[in-house]
Amino acid sequence: MENRLVTLFREKRENLLNVYFTAGFPELESTGVVLKTLEAAGADIVEIGMPYSDPLADGPTIQASNTEALRNGMSIRKLFSQLAEVRAQVSLPIILMGYLNPVLQFGIEQFCQEAARVGVDGLILPDMPLHEYEEEYLPLFQKYNLSLIFLVTPQTAEERIRKIDDLTNSFIYLVSSASTTGIKVGGDSKQLQYFQRIQNLNLKNPKLIGFGISDRSSFQLACKYAEGAIIGSAFIKVIQEKENLEQNIRQFIQEVKAPESVSA
Amino acid sequence: MKYSVDERGYYGNYGGAYIPEMLYPNVEELRQKYLEIIYEPGFQEELQGLLRDYVGRPTPLYYAQRLSEKFKAKIYLKREDLAHTGAHKINNTVGQILLAKRLGKTRIIAETGAGQHGVATATVCALAGLECVVYMGKIDTERQKPNVARMQLLGATVVPVTSGSQTLKDATNEAIRDWISNPEDTHYIIGSVVGPHPYPDMVARFQAVISEEVKQQLQEKEGRANPDYVVACVGGGSNAAGAFYHYLNEPDVKLVAVEAAGHGVETGFSAATSVLGTLGIIHGSKTLLMQTEDGQIVEPHSISAGLDYPGIGPMHAHLWETGRAKFFSITDDEAMQSVVLLSRLEGIIPAIESAHALSALNKMELKPTDVVVLNLSGRGDKDLATIINYLEDIEKPNGE
Repeated sequence: MENRLVTLFREKRENLLNVYFTAGFPELESTGVVLKTLEAAGADIVEIGMPYSDPLADGPTIQASNTEALRNGMSIRKLFSQLAEVRAQVSLPIILMGYLNPVLQFGIEQFCQEAARVGVDGLILPDMPLHEYEEEYLPLFQKYNLSLIFLVTPQTAEERIRKIDDLTNSFIYLVSSASTTGIKVGGDSKQLQYFQRIQNLNLKNPKLIGFGISDRSSFQLACKYAEGAIIGSAFIKVIQEKENLEQNIRQFIQEVKAPESVSA
Repeated sequence: MKYSVDERGYYGNYGGAYIPEMLYPNVEELRQKYLEIIYEPGFQEELQGLLRDYVGRPTPLYYAQRLSEKFKAKIYLKREDLAHTGAHKINNTVGQILLAKRLGKTRIIAETGAGQHGVATATVCALAGLECVVYMGKIDTERQKPNVARMQLLGATVVPVTSGSQTLKDATNEAIRDWISNPEDTHYIIGSVVGPHPYPDMVARFQAVISEEVKQQLQEKEGRANPDYVVACVGGGSNAAGAFYHYLNEPDVKLVAVEAAGHGVETGFSAATSVLGTLGIIHGSKTLLMQTEDGQIVEPHSISAGLDYPGIGPMHAHLWETGRAKFFSITDDEAMQSVVLLSRLEGIIPAIESAHALSALNKMELKPTDVVVLNLSGRGDKDLATIINYLEDIEKPNGE
């Protein structure tokens, strides 16, 4: 079967909404409910965080959700069993995001094998070195039809961006500004210049802008410069409330995706 | 040079740079430039001048006669406690502040456990006139209050870190997050031989002045540059890296690394990484660390804030794996007994960190002819509150 990310980007290349949530948050068994509700509400991709004790690139909101999920008993093994159960009921592409250490302890090949088995399409491992992926792991990821997604920041040199573009077969994660997750995109001129600079590179892969996308206006701004955007911390805040979880998710996604004519 | 870092940033199986893209440009810039900058004659001249006139180097190599009588061997103390700010940490911060200036950075961040590295960083920032922000676990700000006050007096901003175990590991996480958010104007002065390549190697090179001096001093005192043993405590491992550095490829010198066992290695309250750790990634480096089967980092324990870290630097992991260094673990109680011992035998109040190294003398099978160099990495003034509380507890009639 074709990788769902590849299929998606062939069919749709604008206003793509990718939503991040932490597995096992707010409750251990929330993973499946959140996933199904996101698909029904109109998310195009989901990115599921594998909670970690030391999430270096994340701001306070996602850190707290990681801590809570671990306290709930979440683990990679548990996540795979949850996904195995729910995968037949959702068809959107699933990306797993997490730090390298827990994946190493699971065993990289075993991890890829299990991820493929439960229908995962992509992986984000922010602390996986590019050269190590290229030299050691690329054949493994290809064997299991998993797309590794790399981050690009305002400081990433063009040569490196080109290399990342070469090694990518789904999309490039464009980090909106120098920050951890959860700092709002302001759309200042420096940031817009950066988005424009990347757009002018005419990369072969689509880009999704993440970090600081929190609502309809920041989503729409991102979609002017990229094929779509990723919402993380703002969505974690929505699902912190255990009550009316599904209704809150539907409402939030509706608001984010509301057409331009509706005033915010 | 089988114990040095290779061109890819590894010591054997350990090391590397496992960092998110946000840190890549800064770490890569450092990797490309650090050796060139450090060995540039003008840099060396400025560094050597500061080490001599500002830090007070060379620090003495002191023959501890009464300690030697007790342990029946010839024991020398390398007096890093006499360096400016009271510990070896300043050797590294002086070097890195000069490096930061050459990189055009205007803002400095650091993590600190015991506060010694924070103080050493705040000190050189005052000297260089650069802004300084120090991240410190909230628990450590409480058990190392005098050092918090010193940093503030020196003009640094101390940020108490409330995430995770609120100790050194979490302070390091928070410093890394700061660097992610301020990549252009900021240099991160890591205080130990941990973190992504080139930090472990760079910090080891700045601390190597310790063993460079020992070689010369021992030659003068004993007629030989090589002792039988070099003993040092290891949290992340910067003082040990410096004390071992020029002896790494001298097989006649036995290297002894001393970790904090906390309440005891098997109690669940320990920081003895070489015993309890397995291969993994912490703070950008592949090394030994204390973790669960699922790869979640375990919160360590030690009475000494400077050793309260769940990993060891990749160089030390390699020394452990190859057997080049022998590792001992020392409990809180054993370390505190050595604090008292050295205070009363030699009139030197050691840092609790350094007292761990002293306690290893009890476990080594020493011969009267053995020459031992023990790196006394810091002084104990910062630990007075902890020491007083400990002594009050054991001196209670039925107290333990």
